[in-house]
Amino acid sequence: MTTASPGTPQEAPGTVDPVRRIRRTGFSIGLATGLYGISFGALATSSGLDVWQAMVLSAVMFTGGSQFAFIGVIGGGGSALGAALASVLLGVRNTLYGLILARSLPRHGVKGLARVQLTIDESAALAASGSDERERQAGFWAAGVWVYVFWNLFSLVGAVAGQFVADPRAWGLDAAAAAAFLALLWPRLRSADAVAIAVAAAFIALVTTPSLPPGLPVLAAALVAVLAGLLPARRSAEPPRRETPPDPRPRTEDRR
Amino acid sequence: MSMLWVAVIAASVLSFGQKWLGYQAPPDVLDRPRIARITTLLPIALLGALVATQTAASGAEIVLDARLAAISVAAVLLLARAPFLMVVIAAAVAAAGLRALGWA
Repeated sequence: MTTASPGTPQEAPGTVDPVRRIRRTGFSIGLATGLYGISFGALATSSGLDVWQAMVLSAVMFTGGSQFAFIGVIGGGGSALGAALASVLLGVRNTLYGLILARSLPRHGVKGLARVQLTIDESAALAASGSDERERQAGFWAAGVWVYVFWNLFSLVGAVAGQFVADPRAWGLDAAAAAAFLALLWPRLRSADAVAIAVAAAFIALVTTPSLPPGLPVLAAALVAVLAGLLPARRSAEPPRRETPPDPRPRTEDRR
Repeated sequence: MSMLWVAVIAASVLSFGQKWLGYQAPPDVLDRPRIARITTLLPIALLGALVATQTAASGAEIVLDARLAAISVAAVLLLARAPFLMVVIAAAVAAAGLRALGWA
């Protein structure tokens, strides 16, 4: 835990406490992502899983990409082993998230186990958007818990009543997810290096999409960050932000 | 127990194990400058890739549809410093609207 006495004096009038804002963001991410559970539940039962199997995947596996991969293989007539392998392959990125999050989250006890289970795209992304430890923790838990609640709730709805529920694409939820990721990325694009890395990663993800199973292009793109990080240090793409108060204006100087 | 059940349970437990594994890196490893730099840059690359695939990938195909218009709306709103929720809702409305009209 860090800093921030309640009612920080420098707070401009009309601004909302960042932690509250992040919690609200976590709720909206949870709701939007959770609604996708309807299509997971519906697809799961139509590809041959029973309701219980679908719910074990949502409650225990709990990582959308892997779950869709699993039922995709089964639905396409693949073996149970193939389905498990596909889901494990896609789950590799959750290991990367743990690496990024390890410092900010509690290690032991029930919370230690909860943080492991709630480690997914959305919770890692919202945590990464925080500018200090308190914001990172709030982001992780808000997105993680709300996605878990809504994802399981709507998986059940989809599995039980899938054929009666409309396609979430008709509601634009796929576009909402893309916009959410962009909004989370936006504040990090402060330096030319950061923009270059994001663009390169997007490019690699798209180029590899036709040749790799869904989900793996994102991993291939992660190599961009690894390579950029291994390059001799000139300056980091983002100055270290630990313990600094969030500044209301974006940095303007670009130290070249 | 059917093979399918075995696969469901095994893959679910493995998924938890993968998540757990990331947290086991010792802190002094994370403090090394190169590793620290990589963990700073990783979210940028992962988010960039997620934006791209969520916008233009459909399975193993690149599909340009209503999502592209929606993400442009989102980008404009972000430039105008709109709040998160407005950005996300506007993107959903844009995509849903275009699809309802049959334009994309």
